[in-house]
Amino acid sequence: MKKIFPILPALSAILLIYASYQALKVAPTDALQGDVYRIIYYHVPSAWTAFLLFLINFVASITYLVWRNDKSDVLALVSAEVGVVFCTIVLVTGPIWARPVWGIWWAPGDIRLTSTLVLWLIYVSYLVLRKFSTSAQTQVMAAALAVFGALDVPLVYFSIWFFRTQHPQPVIGGGGSMDPRMLHTLLVSWLAFLFFAFLVCWSRYRLELLKRGVERAEAMESLVGAGAAATTSLPLGRSPR
Amino acid sequence: MNAFKFLVAAYVATWLIHGVYIGTLVARFRRLRARMRELGKGQ
Repeated sequence: MKKIFPILPALSAILLIYASYQALKVAPTDALQGDVYRIIYYHVPSAWTAFLLFLINFVASITYLVWRNDKSDVLALVSAEVGVVFCTIVLVTGPIWARPVWGIWWAPGDIRLTSTLVLWLIYVSYLVLRKFSTSAQTQVMAAALAVFGALDVPLVYFSIWFFRTQHPQPVIGGGGSMDPRMLHTLLVSWLAFLFFAFLVCWSRYRLELLKRGVERAEAMESLVGAGAAATTSLPLGRSPR
Repeated sequence: MNAFKFLVAAYVATWLIHGVYIGTLVARFRRLRARMRELGKGQ
């Protein structure tokens, strides 16, 4: 892994530049929306990446609940945090697209928009719980929250299939058709975002391992300090047992 | 032309969010590395 890590940032950068070039120059202009539709090349891949990361969080949380494996816990935390970043992008770029196309920033009551906002809030609360809870059971509570939170992902994804919403219908598999050049650009953008997300997740994973290492070292240092203090406070000639 | 402003805003917002997040990761890495060095010296 360490050997491929140096080439991963370069590969991600090349893919992202290529995807942006495809999105802004190569993909044809939409007949109805004009150039503003090109926001989907960032909006949709970010949404798919966020869903994938929340799925990883779901699997890692179940694995942690069953086997209490520390690496699963770290993976759950990392995937949730990076997933929230991508979900934030979805919630920011969506209204920026909606304003010129719909004439409004947000459609109150729209199930796709509302369920996405709820999804974001669930995972933000997951991160807040992990950050501020001092309970010894924090990891278990967070994993349980993540399992229930993941139930919102299929609701978000399928909401536009089963409910009448203002949000456009699915670009793939929803019965509509898409220009092959647009589809190609969309898939290239998703691939670029997947590489980038993997890179960010890997960096965050290493950061979390470093953080836990520092916490262990601090605990050891305080134990050694407490041991030395106990030794010096004992009566002369007696050693602690 | 007006709609083009929204396209630029969306792309800039995306990279701004990623940039801020990566910035926090770098800051946390630096802080933890410094703390690790401190702990290493103390032992």
